[in-house]
Amino acid sequence: MAVMDLYARRRLRNRIVLFLSFGATGIGLGWLAIILGTLLFEGASGLSLKVFTETTPPPGADGGLLNPIVGSLIMTTLAVFIGTPVGILAGTYMAEYGRFSRITHVVRFINDILLSAPSIVVGLFIYEVMVAPMGHFSGLAGSVALAVLVIPVVVRTTEDMLALVPKELREAASALGMPLAYVIGKVSYRAARAGIITGVLLAIARISGETAPLLFTALNHQFFADFPYLNAPMASLPVVIFQFALSPYHEWQSLAWTGALIITMTVLALSIIARTLASSRKTS
Amino acid sequence: MVDIAFQGSSAAEPITGSRARTLVKLRVTDNAFHHITRAAAIGVLVILGGVIFSLFTGAWPALQTFGLSFVTEQRWNPVTEKFGALAPIYGTIVTSFIAMLIAVPLGLLITLFLTELCPMWLRRPIGIAIELLAGIPSIIYGIWGLFVFAPFLQRTLQPALIDLFGPIPILSDLFAGPPYGIGILTAGLILAIMVLPFITSVSRDVFEAVPPVLKEAAYGLGCTTYEVVRHVVLPYTRVGVIGGVMLALGRALGETMAVTFVIGNAHRVSPSLLAPGTTISATIANEFTEAVGDLYTSSLIALGLILFVITFIVLAAARYMLLRIERRIG
Repeated sequence: MAVMDLYARRRLRNRIVLFLSFGATGIGLGWLAIILGTLLFEGASGLSLKVFTETTPPPGADGGLLNPIVGSLIMTTLAVFIGTPVGILAGTYMAEYGRFSRITHVVRFINDILLSAPSIVVGLFIYEVMVAPMGHFSGLAGSVALAVLVIPVVVRTTEDMLALVPKELREAASALGMPLAYVIGKVSYRAARAGIITGVLLAIARISGETAPLLFTALNHQFFADFPYLNAPMASLPVVIFQFALSPYHEWQSLAWTGALIITMTVLALSIIARTLASSRKTS
Repeated sequence: MVDIAFQGSSAAEPITGSRARTLVKLRVTDNAFHHITRAAAIGVLVILGGVIFSLFTGAWPALQTFGLSFVTEQRWNPVTEKFGALAPIYGTIVTSFIAMLIAVPLGLLITLFLTELCPMWLRRPIGIAIELLAGIPSIIYGIWGLFVFAPFLQRTLQPALIDLFGPIPILSDLFAGPPYGIGILTAGLILAIMVLPFITSVSRDVFEAVPPVLKEAAYGLGCTTYEVVRHVVLPYTRVGVIGGVMLALGRALGETMAVTFVIGNAHRVSPSLLAPGTTISATIANEFTEAVGDLYTSSLIALGLILFVITFIVLAAARYMLLRIERRIG
């Protein structure tokens, strides 16, 4: 009898935990659905051509998000152009030249920490080294701050992807008399191309929603920045959303929702493309 | 190796001038590439050094003025230039604690579902969906938290908590005051959703690395699914799971925008979880561009330094543990 009791109790406990685990998954998925649903509901109503053709309005007036969208595009592009080469080269060193060297171990450890370090600290860092000496906020400083966030993502994926390239490929190339630099350029990079592109896409996804590092580097700008663009404060989509959402004006708040929808869709599309790229490589 | 190959052939056919030049060019390119890539790798270390150095020099005036009292003083008064970081530090720790309290069990239960219960064809889609939660930018959580989640909590959960714990002596302090909607509890709850994917993805990786024979042996003894996970999988993967939890904690501590929207930005240490508070990152985000005076700016940078040191330690511990489990699993 006592044995049956114990058995029943164990089964009951198991059932409870399994039920909770169903529930937890439901909560996780439900939350994603609620957030995306709210975004679509609140953001889609404000979505019109005007959003992409007009600059941000003064309080109480109509307008669009043209200048923050352009600002975000400029700063993201520039950040990728600065950050990607550094990231790929560093990842190359770690996977190819110095795979077992001490520097690689240290860099890998530090890089993984930088990958999750608070982005607002990066903003403070760039403020200290660029904004304060130059005396004013600028789109360039914003781009550099974003580039600092790009580097760890690219380093990590490049190293991982190069490490997956079969060593027989490299050996075959070396046996033909190719110096290592050419083996890397003509063999390793080609074999790992999809993976490295994935890393860059993930990095773009990461920085296109970043707000904190831009708050005190690129600041914000009501209209198009004065020429030369990069040397002046520059609007960006996340910072404008931050400013507009916290404002008391209805038009601004609804523009903030529309901007939020645009960013989220961009980021999710990028990460899904990156995922399919990565997984198609794995199965082939 | 290149030289040997060419020297071998040189016996039959002497190296001509152009071939020797090519060889030199190849070697120079290779050397240059080697050094450039190494410089880039060292660049990563330089970034870290730069962050620490610039934060330290920026924070120095404040640290010099206030000394140790900077972290024990609650007052934050830009007018009299008296700055103490106790309230933001307290807010950071409490919101992260609430987040972990919810996200750790929730994340482990989802992992259990994904690794033991879920049919194979559903694992990938559900796994990706949970990880998409990490892909949503934090400002989206912020705007959603402010306009949707906080009003919802104000109407439902918070009055219920006040009613429920009101008559109980100590707990009533935790849930005292009017339901504002925004506040420490709301920030903690939003952080919990945000860090959930980090816990799930790391623990999923380590759960799947448990040798099947261990689990099969336990099932063969008649263990229930829960018992297998609790007594076989978890002990085997403990280090990895803790590493994942620390990683999530590092994220929660440094999270800025989502918290800034819903925390309420009040520089005080209040025992009530429903009261508005502030965190280190929210204080910096809110006040940095408006800070006038060197001491004010320096105090905010000192806050950043404290945040960076705390997250660095947490993340380094996380990495160390994940390295240990990687080595074991191989």
